[in-house]
Amino acid sequence: MPRITVDVDGITCTDEVQPRTLLVQYLRDQLGKVGTVVGCDTSNCGACTVHMDGHSVKSCSVLAVQADGHEVTTVEALSQDGRLHPMQQAFHDNHALQCGFCTPGMIMQALDLLAENPEPDDEQIREGLEGNLCRCTGYQNIVRAVREASQRMRAGAGPAMEHSGETPAPRTSTEQTAQQRVAGGQS
Amino acid sequence: MIPAEFEYVAPSTVEEAVQALDRAGDDAKVLAGGQSLLPVLRMRMADPGLVVDLGGIPEARGVREDGDTLVIGAMTSHHEVMRSELVRGHAELVALATRTVADPQVRHRGTFGGSLAHADPAGDLPAPVLAMDAEMVVAGPSGRRTVPAAEFFVDYFTTALDSNEVLVEVRIPKYTGWRAHYEKFNRVAQAWSVVGVAATVLVRDGAVARARVGLTNMGATPVRAHGVERALVGSPPTEEAFRRAAVHATEGTQAGSDASAEADYREHLAEVLTGRALATACG
Repeated sequence: MPRITVDVDGITCTDEVQPRTLLVQYLRDQLGKVGTVVGCDTSNCGACTVHMDGHSVKSCSVLAVQADGHEVTTVEALSQDGRLHPMQQAFHDNHALQCGFCTPGMIMQALDLLAENPEPDDEQIREGLEGNLCRCTGYQNIVRAVREASQRMRAGAGPAMEHSGETPAPRTSTEQTAQQRVAGGQS
Repeated sequence: MIPAEFEYVAPSTVEEAVQALDRAGDDAKVLAGGQSLLPVLRMRMADPGLVVDLGGIPEARGVREDGDTLVIGAMTSHHEVMRSELVRGHAELVALATRTVADPQVRHRGTFGGSLAHADPAGDLPAPVLAMDAEMVVAGPSGRRTVPAAEFFVDYFTTALDSNEVLVEVRIPKYTGWRAHYEKFNRVAQAWSVVGVAATVLVRDGAVARARVGLTNMGATPVRAHGVERALVGSPPTEEAFRRAAVHATEGTQAGSDASAEADYREHLAEVLTGRALATACG
C-alpha cells in the first residue's frame, strides 16, 4: 500500500493507505478527525470541505494519496484552548445553524472566502458559499454570520488566521500510529 | 460509496505517464484534478485497473506566452486560470467561462485540461476553446501531435485522445483587446449549463471587426456559431445588430432533450443567450 505523509492540523502524519481511500475517509477513519463530515457522496454539498495548502477542497473528491506531501487543515484546528475561532463564534452568535451538519464545511469555505476577499458584500458571500448546501434553509443567518465574522477578523482572515500566533507549537509524536491517534481522541 | 480497488501511479514526467497508459491498454483512467473522475469512481460508473495521476508533472502546469500564442498547461487549476493576468489579458473569454465552473472548492482542484479531456457536453470550457481556434498538444507513445479544437471534440465525453495519450497543454492565439462574455443558463447555483454561449468580439472604428462565438450543450460536442459570426462582422455593436445575428445561433446545432430542457427550449435559449452574451461583451 502507498505510504503518505500529510500535515494535518499542524501534525505530521505518516500512514499507509489504499489508493482508493478518499481524503475524508483518511481523516475520519484513520486519523479520527470526525469534525469533517461526509454529506452527499456526489460532490455537491460541501459538508466535507477542508483546506489543502490553504485552499478549500471537498475532501470526498480528493484521494488520500493526492494529499501526500501537502498540508491539510480541518475545522478541528480552529478553536484554541477552548476558545472558538471568530468564524465559529459568529456562527454561534447568529444562530447560523439548525441541525449543524453543514457547519464544518460552511465554516471552512467561509474562511477560504474571506482569505480571497476580506470584505465581501452579501452577494459575494452567497457566491463564495455556492458549493455548500444547507437543507435547514439557514442561509440567511449563515450569510449574516460570515458578514459579522469578516468585520471581526479583518486583517489576518482565512488560512492566515489558522496559522496566527495563537497556534500552539506542533505536537511532536509525528510517527504515532493511526490506532493511537484514534484511541487518544486528539483534537 | 467508495471507489473499487485500483492500482495508482503518479509519474513525474509526461513520457512516464504515457508509458504507464500504454502498458495498461484500455484499463486505465487519467486523473487530473479528479473533480469529475472521483465522483464517477465513487458511484462505480467506472472501474479502472489503473489510475494515472498527472498531479506530479510540473511541465503540465502553469500559463505562459509563446510569441502570439497563450499556452495553458493542462494541469493548471481553474482557480489559477481565472486569476492569471496572462489569461485575463489575452483570452478573457476563457477566464470568464472558468469563473462559472462549479463552485470555489471544485475550481481549486479541477483543471483546465481535465475539463476539456472529459468533454462533458454541458462543460463550460470546450465552447470557448473551440470558438477561439485553440490547439491541443497531445502526447502519445510516438511523440507529440497537435489537434485543432475543431477536431478534438468528437462525441459525448469523447475526444480525439487515444487511451495511451494525454493532453499536455492548450495553445490559444492571443485575443488581446477583444471583448468577451460567457452567458450561462442554469437553474441553481453550481449546476451544469443547460445552455451556454461563449462570445468574444473585436470592435474597431465603431464596427465589429471580428467575432467568435461557441455554444455549450447544443449537441454532443461544442458548436461553433459561424452564422452568428458572419452576421456580426461589419455591423455596429448595437442591440439591434446583436438580435439580428443571434437568429443564426441554432444553425448547425443538434440540441438534445433531457431532464433539464427539451431541445426546442434549448434552441430558444441559444438565441436569447447569444444576444445577451454579445450585448454584455460589448456593453
